[in-house]
Amino acid sequence: MSSLFTYTLRIADSSLILGQRMSEWCSKGPTLEEDIAMSNISLDLFGQANGFYEYASQLDGSKSADELAFRRNEREFFNHQLAEQENGNFGTTTVRNFLHDVFNFLFYTQLSSRKDETLSALAAKSLKEVKYHLRHSTNWLIRLGDGTKESNIKVQVALDLLWQYTAELFEMDKIDTELLNAGIAVDNKALKIEWDKIVNSTLKKAKLNRPEDGYMATGGKKGIHTEFLGFLLAEMQFLQRAYPDAKW
Amino acid sequence: MQNGNAKYIWELLNTVPDPEIPVISVVELGVIRNISFANKSYTISITPTYSGCPAVKTFMDDIKSCLKENGIRNFQLKLVYSPAWTTEWMTEETKEKLKKYGIAPPSDTVICPQCDSKKTELISEFGATACKALYKCSDCLEPFEFFKCI
Repeated sequence: MSSLFTYTLRIADSSLILGQRMSEWCSKGPTLEEDIAMSNISLDLFGQANGFYEYASQLDGSKSADELAFRRNEREFFNHQLAEQENGNFGTTTVRNFLHDVFNFLFYTQLSSRKDETLSALAAKSLKEVKYHLRHSTNWLIRLGDGTKESNIKVQVALDLLWQYTAELFEMDKIDTELLNAGIAVDNKALKIEWDKIVNSTLKKAKLNRPEDGYMATGGKKGIHTEFLGFLLAEMQFLQRAYPDAKW
Repeated sequence: MQNGNAKYIWELLNTVPDPEIPVISVVELGVIRNISFANKSYTISITPTYSGCPAVKTFMDDIKSCLKENGIRNFQLKLVYSPAWTTEWMTEETKEKLKKYGIAPPSDTVICPQCDSKKTELISEFGATACKALYKCSDCLEPFEFFKCI
């Protein structure tokens, strides 16, 4: 596996897994408008994932985009652990997506001006969509945090729970460093300053407390995941596993 | 057709409607980026509107059948991502068609397609398709769809 293949796959995996989580809201949204919003966001994320999988498939040459999505096991997925966390209540989903959207916004902004033409084009395309995803999660975070006592408690609890999965977003391993030096990858570590700025100012507006850094989870890049990913894949991959190459 | 006739292909594609907004064609939507002819074959470059828009697959199939029905068999469709699709490519004429169809066309000020009022209010940034947002007119009180600027 080339470094560029793995790097591309990681981006695709985070989009796909978060997209799958958002699709779980379809028909279960708190209001009709939110149901439509979350299904739309899911669709955008699937589309973004597809672009990156198609590219990964070209780079690798042995597996199609569909095979990459539907025929790999849990330990072969390299998404951020934050993306696979369960939806919980609407507030939990809002917090998870907000933390991820801020990262995605900064990450794609940088990736869109890097040397690999395909990655930068896909990043520029994704960025247009991530901008309104971020606007959506930010607005809800403020509304819920600065809402009722009940809604404030719910999002604060979610924030305290999910905080441990945020450090992983900024990790750099050998592959990242190698591609950063080649002008292709993004310096994730350097994104932290801007991420902190946006997160801190939004939390302030939302009357939420920024949690202290305690135990911070890690492992997504190496295929190590929380217990939730296996269940997600079992549902997402079922049809293609039970009926390989089934078509609509 | 030795040298190809890209203009003819543009004209043919201008008859292929957008699957979700049938009053405009795929050419007017701005997704056909380029048509070139080399080695006796046309290459049609297409860019997706939104990454996950399901209409993309549909209009690619529609384009294939339109060309085949018109006797064109030597062609390939190529998906391109750069430059990313933008509503800025839409002509005034196309915007007018959207408006007549009841969809407020992309613009900085969202104008009610029913009564032309500028007093409109956002209901949701997301609508029935990826490209539209939901609005409400504060004057005629009608809800309507707005083709988002992107």
